[in-house]
Amino acid sequence: MSASGKRLAGIAVVAAIVCVAIALYIALYLTNVPGSASAVETSSGTNLYLATVASAATNDPHPTWVSYYAVDANDQNWRHATTYVLPANTLVHVTIFQFDSQTGLRNPFIGQATGTVGGTFTLNGKTMEAIDPDTASHVFAIPAIGLSVPLYGISSTAKNPCSNAPCPLSNDHSTITFTFRTPAKGLYRWQCFVPCAAGFIQGFGGPMQTVGYMDGFIKVV
Amino acid sequence: MDHPAAGSTGMPEVNEPNHFLRIVLWWLVVSVIGTALVVFVLGPGLPPGNGSVEASGQVTDNTVLLALSVPVAAAVLVYLTYALIVFREREPEVYVDGPPIRGNASIQLWWLVTTTVIVLFLAGYGSIRLLADGSGGGQGPNPIAAPAASSSDPPLQVQVIAQQWQFNYRFPGYGGVEVPDLELPANTLVEFHVTSLDVIHSFWAYQLGVKADANPGVDNVAYVTTKGPLSVNIRCAELCGVWHGYMFETAHVVSKADFATWIRAQETRFAPATKTLPPYSKTYFPPPERRGG
Repeated sequence: MSASGKRLAGIAVVAAIVCVAIALYIALYLTNVPGSASAVETSSGTNLYLATVASAATNDPHPTWVSYYAVDANDQNWRHATTYVLPANTLVHVTIFQFDSQTGLRNPFIGQATGTVGGTFTLNGKTMEAIDPDTASHVFAIPAIGLSVPLYGISSTAKNPCSNAPCPLSNDHSTITFTFRTPAKGLYRWQCFVPCAAGFIQGFGGPMQTVGYMDGFIKVV
Repeated sequence: MDHPAAGSTGMPEVNEPNHFLRIVLWWLVVSVIGTALVVFVLGPGLPPGNGSVEASGQVTDNTVLLALSVPVAAAVLVYLTYALIVFREREPEVYVDGPPIRGNASIQLWWLVTTTVIVLFLAGYGSIRLLADGSGGGQGPNPIAAPAASSSDPPLQVQVIAQQWQFNYRFPGYGGVEVPDLELPANTLVEFHVTSLDVIHSFWAYQLGVKADANPGVDNVAYVTTKGPLSVNIRCAELCGVWHGYMFETAHVVSKADFATWIRAQETRFAPATKTLPPYSKTYFPPPERRGG
């Protein structure tokens, strides 16, 4: 092969490698967005069912990380999704099955619910405005619309705690419900405000800093 | 090979105009016009606007700094432009080296004097401006540049509590109530006490000209005297984690009557949370440092 032929072949090989790398980048990274879960439309309205658990599923890339999950009304069909699709300008009824233990809030102020209809939520069927900040396990908050609801944690002496997702309702848990009105169309972040990342300084590393565990997006459509 | 017209110095002997005088005249013209444009046209629109006394002061400072930079930039640009036009090679086929550059004590002296005067003036001007009222910046726990406040109308104290990823505001003068949204009364001296519960944040109230770091365990005091009703963009100005880019909100400066109504409503609304808050303190060290797991 002549020198110019070798140069052309070399250029073709390098170009092919670059093209493959770009294709892999697009296919494996750019288009690899976290999954989403949609609210359920029922005769009672728009419902969103979530669960919080101390440790993600054993086959999760981070099986020791605390996490939110999307579930159905009967706490079945657990999906590891933290992007929730909701209709715009609609009252959404949220139910959260909370299986994790108590950690406590760094800012006790967040122990009071804000942004819900009536400024209240129910904890195991009881209507409340706030909980003892030290008993909070997690928070479901959408700061852009002023929504913040503390999630009561199960006792550290609970007889039947859940270790890893998915968790059946036979495990110790709290059930929190509240209703809020979604804003206009757009993408809103939500997050937990409890320093619940076990093993990280101030509890704010790992799952608190990684979209897909203790934070995510509300996609209002 | 020497140029045919070269004299004993090897340089062309031609009747050169007084380039220095021409450059100085052009520089004066450009400087006067440029400075006037900066002061009267560009200056009033410079950030951060006139949302507070301190913000207006920052507009003045930015105008002064920009106006001072105009003659400096003009000197460079006028000389460069003049050289490109007048000293260009008109006969490309003839290559003649320029005159050798040697030391010029006079130019060096003037250069040193001029730059020294400019730098010292800026240092003095900036120090005086900062000492006047703090210019809206965080001054740490022991501020030395507090605006004058009358004894009958003390500053409104507002504690800014930053955490990942939200600002909350506590009013020690109103029962220590804490709120998630900020409203301030117009035409009022406000004393911000900025702190953090976790990592380093920075409280930046753009239209008010306030920017103060929020450090855990530190009470960073910043003063601002609000003006008329307006909306204020608040952002965190310190990279503080995955949701730093979402740590923003809109505050409002309202009339004193509206503020009084609003703060009373907040005291009622957040009464349940207020009961659980620790006593008002300049800093907080909340547990847990590390989750038990």
